[in-house]
Amino acid sequence: MNVLLENLPLVGQGFLNTLGMLALAVLFALPLGLVIAALRISPVASLRLTASVYTEIFRNIPLTLIFFAMAAFLPTLGFDYFANAIVALTLYTAPFYAEAVRSGVNAVPVGQAEAARSIGLGFSQVLTLVVLPQAVRAVIPPIINVTIALTKNTSVATGFFVVTLVTTIQRLVNTDPAALLWLFGGVAVCYLAITIPLGQLADRLEQKWQVAR
Amino acid sequence: MTSVLYDTPGPVGRRTSRIISAVIALLLLGGVGWYLYNLNEQGLLAPERWDIWNDPLVWMDLLGALGTTLQMAALGAVGAILLGMVLALLRIAPTRWIRIPTTGALELLRGLPVLLMMFFFWALVGLDPFIAVVLALALYNGAIIGEALRAGIVSLPKGQREAGLSIGLGGLQTRLLIEFPQAFRNMIPIIVAQLVVLLKDTSLGYIIGMQEFLRRGRLTYEFFGRDQYAFSTFVIMIALYLAINLTVSWIARRLAKGSSRKPRKAAPPTGGGTNSIDPSFGSARIGGSAGTGATNT
Repeated sequence: MNVLLENLPLVGQGFLNTLGMLALAVLFALPLGLVIAALRISPVASLRLTASVYTEIFRNIPLTLIFFAMAAFLPTLGFDYFANAIVALTLYTAPFYAEAVRSGVNAVPVGQAEAARSIGLGFSQVLTLVVLPQAVRAVIPPIINVTIALTKNTSVATGFFVVTLVTTIQRLVNTDPAALLWLFGGVAVCYLAITIPLGQLADRLEQKWQVAR
Repeated sequence: MTSVLYDTPGPVGRRTSRIISAVIALLLLGGVGWYLYNLNEQGLLAPERWDIWNDPLVWMDLLGALGTTLQMAALGAVGAILLGMVLALLRIAPTRWIRIPTTGALELLRGLPVLLMMFFFWALVGLDPFIAVVLALALYNGAIIGEALRAGIVSLPKGQREAGLSIGLGGLQTRLLIEFPQAFRNMIPIIVAQLVVLLKDTSLGYIIGMQEFLRRGRLTYEFFGRDQYAFSTFVIMIALYLAINLTVSWIARRLAKGSSRKPRKAAPPTGGGTNSIDPSFGSARIGGSAGTGATNT
């Protein structure tokens, strides 16, 4: 217990950094993901291709490698480590958001839009009154799940000079096992305090909206 | 192609879209060309930044480390699938005393970063980094595969279990002989997608000091002078990761197609619903938060 209190500044900074990375990465990755999703369901073939190439590349290389390669591919930008982490997390997470959005929009049956058109609604009306309200319901729970994954992925920044919750463990690895166990417990609780409520929210929304669809 | 958003285009629409498509393609190619030109201007494509790759020994070294990575992934995958099967069975056990603790353990495993688990086994339990990585990967991905399998069993038609019980099989026998094989087949795309995640996550071993693929790559270019070869090394590492993971994903897609092409004749489409989920996206849409982790790292 004492070890947690003694290292409170470090643990606190780790927790704040984790929350900060999470918030900023969501802020950038979600719009980017929406753009990619829009490209992937657009009628223009070359846009679709571009978006799927991006998706396939970034979903199939490890986040750790993206963190690393940032330095090699964007040498002139001169980011600090925190910004580097945000960019890597954004690039990596955006395609996952995009896939969540795309599968949600595709989950709306074609007949819905056809029915809307046949009663004389225009494109924007079809979109805002019929398709989007249904798509949003299918999209929000997976988006929350991607965000949970993102929360856990912020821990990768540990290896790249950002103080995260795991950094506390990395630094104090040589303390005695009992203290270390406390530290693990504290760090685990911090992560679970973010991931479990989000998971419950996703479950609840999914159950609530399942009936309504 | 009729989509929810727009009708199948007519001849005029098709021509317009082809023109837009071509213009955008040209713009994009221009962008890529400009990027390459810039790289070249910075000298990143110059032969003296790539010449170490003429040496087969450098390749052997890097591919050896890739071997370690694949070995970790293979062991982790076997562990994860076995653990997933056990967890799925425990999670839907009829006894509350088994079910509730298992649910708690699953929540815990899915809510924590794999990296933290690796640190746990490496720093606290004091295991060899290799074993720590394999164990953490098996535990974490086992929890997710377990949830996927559970979702697969739950989504089977009720009649399957009833039929098993009515021909005199016991509860556990019905699970293992009737429900489990079907759930497993339905969930193959998700399981394989999760194995891609597992393979990518082996790279976290880098952070706890494993001599795996990434670290070996870094050591390679540092050995030959600090930054000169970084670019070429990263290009090659990315290409190798892509080659491996895209192959695994491709196998997953083929398996998915194979298992949906010959549907079980007697089963109503409820079970098949799980097949329609895009396998490459993992399990994010199945049974509650089953997919929590499938989209991870």
